[in-house]
Amino acid sequence: MSSPGLTPSQTVGPFFALALPWPDGPYVVPDGTPGAFWIRGRVLDGDGAPVADALVETWQADPGGGFDHPDDPRGAGAAEHPAGFRGFGRCPTDADGQYGIRTVRPGLIPAPGDGLATQAPHIDLSIFARGLLDRVVTRLYFPDEAAANAADPVLAGLPEPVRNTLIARATGDGYAFDIRLQGEHETAFFAI
Amino acid sequence: MTGVAVGGYRRDTDGVNPPLLSPEYRSTVRRAPGRPLVVLPHSLTELTGPVFGESRVGALDHDLTRQHPGEPLGERIIVHGRVLDGDGRPIPHALVEVWQANAAGRYAHSGDRHPAPLDPNFTGAGRCLTDRDGGYQFVTVKPGAYPWRNHDNAWRPAHIHFSLFGRAFVQRLVTQMYFPGDPLFGQDPIFNSVPEHARHRMVAGFDLTRTEPEWALAYRFDLVLRGRDATPMEAS
Repeated sequence: MSSPGLTPSQTVGPFFALALPWPDGPYVVPDGTPGAFWIRGRVLDGDGAPVADALVETWQADPGGGFDHPDDPRGAGAAEHPAGFRGFGRCPTDADGQYGIRTVRPGLIPAPGDGLATQAPHIDLSIFARGLLDRVVTRLYFPDEAAANAADPVLAGLPEPVRNTLIARATGDGYAFDIRLQGEHETAFFAI
Repeated sequence: MTGVAVGGYRRDTDGVNPPLLSPEYRSTVRRAPGRPLVVLPHSLTELTGPVFGESRVGALDHDLTRQHPGEPLGERIIVHGRVLDGDGRPIPHALVEVWQANAAGRYAHSGDRHPAPLDPNFTGAGRCLTDRDGGYQFVTVKPGAYPWRNHDNAWRPAHIHFSLFGRAFVQRLVTQMYFPGDPLFGQDPIFNSVPEHARHRMVAGFDLTRTEPEWALAYRFDLVLRGRDATPMEAS
């Protein structure tokens, strides 16, 4: 069977707000979910200027480390969702480049195959924007998971200053996680 | 906790995606990351992804000509196709979102300053789920070309934006669908940011067979998301 060619990526452009933001987009879990917190941050360009036309999307495990998805080989029973948990969040940035996602902490993620360590709790993020011809992908890790982070194979593969760009900062109502697209403190981005 | 065996997805090995830094598209210059991307092994977070149900899609979301009291101006068209993975397998029940300019080349967005008329009967946003064969269909009007300020006398070729989820985080795709034979292709740095051998994959085909007589012309646009690695699980 011949394989059809992949469709190339193109920029989301400046006008995606017509279609992509959802009223409930920022809510990975509904308001009132016990243990829920905000992840807030700014998307910044190479001059440190806010990117006011970005879209941030998140995807994560539930607090038990499970995914309600047919490809989680542990089966649907592995999922320990709070009511209304979606795993997915989506928020456009505002004029200051700010986004916010309301969620709960994901659990440890089992390793992909043998010989690799369990992964620390993390959230995958995609950033789309005018000027990004493909999304950029990064990961958020938690500052109060020192032992799990130290054992995480993805973090272990990064030099320390780069690794630190993936660790969120604790705030009054959750965590702060800025995304620097370019420059000295550029966030670590992944090829997936 | 022990490891789990899950099939991964093949990477973009034939180089179809545009380089993030494509200086002829000026907005990339201060936004494209400067450091090389770090290769991320696929874990369950990347191999799974959001699955959306019918509740995400309204009854008229697939028909952009019926979302207002009157009909929008412009050339009515049907845009349809299939969403497949890189092995040619259909991706069923996947969310497809689209947005576009109106027939005059103006987006219903406050940031669009092109002095072309807005159409009170056209918003330009749609969504649907693929059927069990990966098929989708929208009814809309053909979008107009519009000027932008990237370079002297810059115009975007007519296009419809597509956003797809597939079934895994690694399959997520945002792209643009173009129309065949557009004379603006040659000067558009966004279209041309894609390696030449893959540009045609973003161009819909005119589809006479799906035209509705005395009603609408039709275009076909298939989208191909990442395919899976061969795995022991699949071979057994």
